[in-house]
Amino acid sequence: MSFAGFAARRLLEMAVTLFAASFVVFGALYLAPGDPASFLLAGRSASPEALAAVKAQYHLDDPFLVRYGHWLGDVLQGDFGRSLTYRTDVSRLLADRLPTTLLLVAMALLVVAVVGLFLGRLAAVRGGATDSAVLVATTFAVGTPSFVAAVLLQGLFAVRLGWFPSSGAGEGFADKVWHLTLPAIALALYLIGMLARVTRSAMLEALDSEHVTVARSRGVPERQVIRRHVFRNSLGTVLTTGGLVVSTLLVCTVLVETAFSVGGIGQLLELSTSTKDFPTVQAISLIIVALFMTVNLIVDLLLPLVDPRITLGTRGAAA
Amino acid sequence: MTAVLTRRPGLARIRTAGSPLHHLCLAVVVLVTLAAVAAPWLVPHDPNAVDLGSALAAPSAGHPLGVDAAGRDTLSRLLLGARTSLLGPLGVVVFSTVAGVAIGTAAAWRGGRLDTLLSRSTELVFAFPGMLLAILIISVYGEGLLAPVLALAVAYLPYVSRLTRSLVLAERERPYVSAYRVQGHSALQICLRHVLPNIAPVVLAQSTINFGYALMDLAGLSFLGLGVPALTPDWGRMVFDGQTAIQHGYPLSAVLSCAAIVLTVVAFNVVGERWADRVARRDR
Repeated sequence: MSFAGFAARRLLEMAVTLFAASFVVFGALYLAPGDPASFLLAGRSASPEALAAVKAQYHLDDPFLVRYGHWLGDVLQGDFGRSLTYRTDVSRLLADRLPTTLLLVAMALLVVAVVGLFLGRLAAVRGGATDSAVLVATTFAVGTPSFVAAVLLQGLFAVRLGWFPSSGAGEGFADKVWHLTLPAIALALYLIGMLARVTRSAMLEALDSEHVTVARSRGVPERQVIRRHVFRNSLGTVLTTGGLVVSTLLVCTVLVETAFSVGGIGQLLELSTSTKDFPTVQAISLIIVALFMTVNLIVDLLLPLVDPRITLGTRGAAA
Repeated sequence: MTAVLTRRPGLARIRTAGSPLHHLCLAVVVLVTLAAVAAPWLVPHDPNAVDLGSALAAPSAGHPLGVDAAGRDTLSRLLLGARTSLLGPLGVVVFSTVAGVAIGTAAAWRGGRLDTLLSRSTELVFAFPGMLLAILIISVYGEGLLAPVLALAVAYLPYVSRLTRSLVLAERERPYVSAYRVQGHSALQICLRHVLPNIAPVVLAQSTINFGYALMDLAGLSFLGLGVPALTPDWGRMVFDGQTAIQHGYPLSAVLSCAAIVLTVVAFNVVGERWADRVARRDR
């Protein structure tokens, strides 16, 4: 299959899943007991004008599918409705907060990739006591929820030692990075453990294969064997976890941003959930799902480039 | 291939001999479960009794693990917190395992359109991380334990059903199934009495690992104040309460509840992985 054909097919598949996901996000509103209009206004002043505004915004007098169509049309144009708590457009709220969250996720992703790959590679190559130590450490990392890591890191490095600020997102790029260092580490810890384990087992599998024995017997230096024949071969497996890594990072921002009061979309998700600000929850859910699928698509397209043995689309067929 | 008409040992005879870490984790699992079951008889104080005079007090004879910022006994809250913290994940695991096995078995056995429908919806659920689905449902239903447990169960279901499907597909090809078919046993009977016991160890090992993840997710929701109701003792909620105590220079209650969560999750993960490992090796 040609690359363009494969990309088009995957894009279409993604559109279908995204469509279904949007239906779930939209339909969740109608799981609520009682009238959607009163639910959307729960706990807020329900003047007749406000009620009429909500009814008009959600087309609540129309049949369900027509409502869904209206809503989807608005979303596709970047209009997620108005936040009931903040009384502004949800898209404005998101635009203000998304850069902070994306910076946080990017920093965490960097930490995960560097430390996770390093530890996994170290464990697989060294073996013995190093391997056991890494295994125990990753076992604990995988068992540590990000909010636990956040609270403990904050207590030690921000409150006790005072090396880092304990909350806020800072001003300007350098200050932001400084403020987001602890949150990024807290966010990364669990995934470092996961990625190190995946890397380790993928590299052990590659180390076991015949081409490595052949390379060694031909007198290729060990460093080069590891780098070119083992590490490179295991990268494909590692890359397939990319979508999962990014979606876990995005979802866990809700915990870490709340713990550190970072003020990104994660904290906004927590605030809007507890205040039942449903349009905002819908928008953030859709963004997270869409980002997850986009990363998965990119991974699928990159995979044949990283690992030429994989022909286009075989991952999808095998899974 | 010669057809050997032996049944697999099923749930019987899984040796638990293993490394010290594994034994330690098994002990933690047993201990935490016992603590959760016996908590009402073990607690020294009412977990919600407020004694502001001794707020943030260090450990003493009356309060062996100290007192939190609101003047409540930490040991009592930890012990009773074990109940809610374990009951939620148990609900998630039981529901997702029962429903996942039923759906996975049906899809593998019947195949065809049912199978296609299942794998399509599986893909959709995979796009929603469990925590996000739970938050979406909570934003509609409000706080409480039931809504997040159901949402997480739905989110964990595809992992179980996909595993079950592949196991049943492999099992269906084995000679004993055709032997029972020839003897006129119904499909339901073969599945329930013969296939299910054979695949049970693998599925249950996966569910044990899922238990740890569900505990993490639910504790996270409680940390956000979206899980259990405000006054119910819960480890996730204790971490949240402890966060303010830390800022007053009193880390004990937060550290203890963090340790309880991490140790329990690690213990369940290690036991589950070990079990899965054993089963896989035995099957080979």
